[in-house]
Amino acid sequence: MEHYNMNLTLKIWRQKNKDDKGGFQSYQVKDISSEMSFLEMLDVLNEQLIHSGQDPIAFDHDCREGICGMCSLYINGKPHGEWKGNTTCQLHMRAFKDGETVTIEPWRAKAFPVIKDLIVDRSPFDRIIQAGGYISVNTGNAVDGNSLPINKDKADASFAAAMCIGCGACVAACKNSSAMLFLSAKVAHLALLPQGEPERHSRVMNMVAQMDKEGFGACTNTGACEATCPKEISIANIARLNLEYLTASIVAEK
Amino acid sequence: MTWKQVFTSSVGKKLVMGFTGIFLILFLIVHVSLNACIWANDGGDMFNKGAHFMGANWVPRILEIGLFAGLIIHIIQGLALELSNRSKRGIGYAVNYGNKGSKWYSRSMGLLGTIILLFLILHLSNFWFPNRSHQGFLLGEEINLYQKMQEVFSELWVVIVYVLGCISLGYHLAHGFQSAFKTLGVHNKRWHALISIVGYSFSIIVALMFALMPLSFYFGWIS
Repeated sequence: MEHYNMNLTLKIWRQKNKDDKGGFQSYQVKDISSEMSFLEMLDVLNEQLIHSGQDPIAFDHDCREGICGMCSLYINGKPHGEWKGNTTCQLHMRAFKDGETVTIEPWRAKAFPVIKDLIVDRSPFDRIIQAGGYISVNTGNAVDGNSLPINKDKADASFAAAMCIGCGACVAACKNSSAMLFLSAKVAHLALLPQGEPERHSRVMNMVAQMDKEGFGACTNTGACEATCPKEISIANIARLNLEYLTASIVAEK
Repeated sequence: MTWKQVFTSSVGKKLVMGFTGIFLILFLIVHVSLNACIWANDGGDMFNKGAHFMGANWVPRILEIGLFAGLIIHIIQGLALELSNRSKRGIGYAVNYGNKGSKWYSRSMGLLGTIILLFLILHLSNFWFPNRSHQGFLLGEEINLYQKMQEVFSELWVVIVYVLGCISLGYHLAHGFQSAFKTLGVHNKRWHALISIVGYSFSIIVALMFALMPLSFYFGWIS
């Protein structure tokens, strides 16, 4: 692919802290390489800001190779930018044209309050996991990995759900700010495996209850989450979650 | 899990919407099939016989109470969910996500439902209420509903409102039919493909048949 440099206008949400009202501010960046990643482009901008004595833009990032779930950013109206099945750190500047204006916003949901600029508090996801997104394992020698037969199709579906990196793009994209795709991936991942069986019913009940407590909206099956998910988690997991919940309500002992 | 937990969590509310939605879909099948008797071209004989069975028999009249209960739960729960979901964002986006991942009608179920509700108020005041009040709300003598249809559908604005109501119903069903089954847990590809074909066909056929009724009277396609 041909390499080119570009000048961009960036419209970025700035907010000093949780209580600040915040607002958009425009910045110019010059000679951005088409081979840079989106976050590298922001690094360039932050260098400029630091050199001119301004506060750099705060944004979340960690592995920068698309697997950790730390990066966020709502870029030009889509979480993680225009590319399908992609995280912001893997979005490259060749996705933009010279002279373009790029609007960068934080995830918007009451359950994800802005901490600073583009960083939001995603600890509600941690608390949802703590409510049931685990299995209990006895200590002692590790069990031989192949001793427990698992249906191949189920293992595949479970692995596909386990791809979820908990970035919160589903919440950002959903018109209801619902965390249902995230939750369903976590529930489906364990419900499909024999290791998840002992806590199967309490898991779905407790995790749904925690999600509601955190103030996320309810799911209306629009499909916006699936379309924006960087790990392409299927919305079929939400239907599976519904079945898990309905089943738990019928068969759970308590 | 207590009953309260089952039906008041975010998943539980979906279950309520899904169950009542499927119940209302079943009602639509009965309603559209019975009304299709107007096309028998017999001056409304067959239609009035059907209407008489529905209006002057205890069995459908008791079921009618269930129908209203289902309808009211669907409306109240739907409106409550819509308002609650809308309050979860806080500050909105400067650039909207738009149609990038979802259909406009999937995102507009609250709006479409409200249009259908307004249409229903007109519809019930056109037919159900005059007929039931004539019956003394019991099993009294009914009015000639075929004649009533001729009368109501002779006015252009009423026909237009009915057609708009049917279009809203069609789009509401286009999302609702599939969504209801997903809410009840249908999740494999084979079934998704089936409910999506059946859902779209159902939405188009039912909306079209209902819309053709006022149009048939207004343009004199039936005798």
